[in-house]
Amino acid sequence: MSLSSSTIASLRRQLSAGDITPDDILDDLAARIASHDGEIGAYLSHDLEAARRDAAASDLSKPLGGIPIALKDNINALGSPCTCGSRFLENAYTSPYDASVTAALRQAGAIPFGRLNMDEFAMGSSTENSALGRTVNPADPTRIPGGSSGGSAAAVAADLAVAALGSDTGGSIRQPASHCGVVGLKPSYGRVSRYGLVAFASSLDQIGPLTKSVEDSALLLQAIAGADPRDSTCLDAAVPDYLADLDKGVAGMRLGLPKEYFGEGIDPAVREKVEAAARKLEAAGAELVEISLPHTEHAVATYYIIAPAEASSNLSRFDGIRYGRRHGDGSDLIETYRRSREEGFGPEVKRRIILGTWVLSSGYYDAYYSRAQKVRALIRRDFDEAFGKVDAILSPVSPVAARRLGENDDDPLSEYLADIYTIAANLAGICAVSVPCGTIDSGSGTQLPVGLQVIGPHLGEATLLRVAKAAE
Amino acid sequence: MATDHPIDVRHVASLARLELTEEETATFQPQLDAILKYVESLSALDVEGLEPMAHPVPVLDVLRDDTPLPSLPPEGLLANAPEQAQNQVRVPKVIADA
Repeated sequence: MSLSSSTIASLRRQLSAGDITPDDILDDLAARIASHDGEIGAYLSHDLEAARRDAAASDLSKPLGGIPIALKDNINALGSPCTCGSRFLENAYTSPYDASVTAALRQAGAIPFGRLNMDEFAMGSSTENSALGRTVNPADPTRIPGGSSGGSAAAVAADLAVAALGSDTGGSIRQPASHCGVVGLKPSYGRVSRYGLVAFASSLDQIGPLTKSVEDSALLLQAIAGADPRDSTCLDAAVPDYLADLDKGVAGMRLGLPKEYFGEGIDPAVREKVEAAARKLEAAGAELVEISLPHTEHAVATYYIIAPAEASSNLSRFDGIRYGRRHGDGSDLIETYRRSREEGFGPEVKRRIILGTWVLSSGYYDAYYSRAQKVRALIRRDFDEAFGKVDAILSPVSPVAARRLGENDDDPLSEYLADIYTIAANLAGICAVSVPCGTIDSGSGTQLPVGLQVIGPHLGEATLLRVAKAAE
Repeated sequence: MATDHPIDVRHVASLARLELTEEETATFQPQLDAILKYVESLSALDVEGLEPMAHPVPVLDVLRDDTPLPSLPPEGLLANAPEQAQNQVRVPKVIADA
């Protein structure tokens, strides 16, 4: 097994035994990127020399000592670009600081290495909205890797990275993980600091790991979870040992199957794989319980009011003044804003800014934004009631396997509707993970990965990972 | 919800300081109309008496001791500005000529 296809846990054992050095891993990754990333397109940039300098200084006694971790290109790392997949920031921004997660990775001995492609400003579910490059699914290069953390998922799946961090606002870690066949964890809101993550929708965004195994997911979460004085929404709650109970299995657990997540719109082949995964957990001693999350059908509408509203506010900082590209002749301030934003943003970002501006505008605020926030409370209540009956919830991640490139180019609403199973966890602020549960035949000679979603209560990551490990 | 006020894409884009091309306006108008029609489904729900949920966890003011801490180095921040002069960000003229 090559180093780049190994798990963090395996590499750590080899490093500790003195069989390999951090440079060996970097060299293997760099060679693999050189030979394969031309086809996959996972990376926007990588700086091997900087990584080598970090590797020379890495402390192998630390939990992630000597392990290179790739970052989605919306997470700041000192001295690196951070384009967010946007022309606005391309060749026009160098991070003057480390995000708190980047600092935490370094503190744990890891080496940040490589910047991964994404839908522009994390808006999308296919990575096709990146202005800076195309990423394809390693399982079938005619298909999307999912998104918005498509570069992160494709890199880990194609062994172009050992592990990566992504961000998840409505499914942007879990859906690409499902499409590419890797493990993707969205932690509970407030579990991981957002400081240094370029904000999309601040009440929904969370950073999380994409990895080759559930154990690696636990290892990375351990390193990045916990309070941060730089993010007032990051909770000062104790961080448990996520590895301690990982192998304890699901015997005696109650696992809920929400009937709304298995109905109309799901590909029967996907449903079959997810149901088989649930039966496997039942055979391992869990009790399966049918539950109801009655407001599921309203999650997409609620999300596509709240997320664009927050985005329209957050993206007002991109004005061509303090960072990024400035357009226009510079004679007029308003003209500078308008020209810079017109040239810098792609179509999906503009659509969402317009939608968000509209739902927040006078006369529509109560009917749309305020109402959506109330429905959000109903969605949260559904989960609170469900977790009174079950320890965790099992569902599909996406109603379909990875679609072909280009299929929804002119139909943003159809693209939004496919987010149905992932969005509610962000609205409720709870944790959820995608773990591979088999593949289905594409009909054109390829096998497409399918993910099982495990949803847990707020700060229930330890239970979540334990269920995911049993399903792995 | 107001159904007799379809979104005026050009006007709203202007509020958001976006200068759209004619082509973009023509593309976005039906797409955004369709999205707004879809999200209007929420108007059927009874939300009487519910508190709007702005955040998934209670967000409270977090105060720290009033002790100066190191700030980011100005040169790193200024290096990202499209234009700079005299250790400051240079901006277009803000006040119009009389």
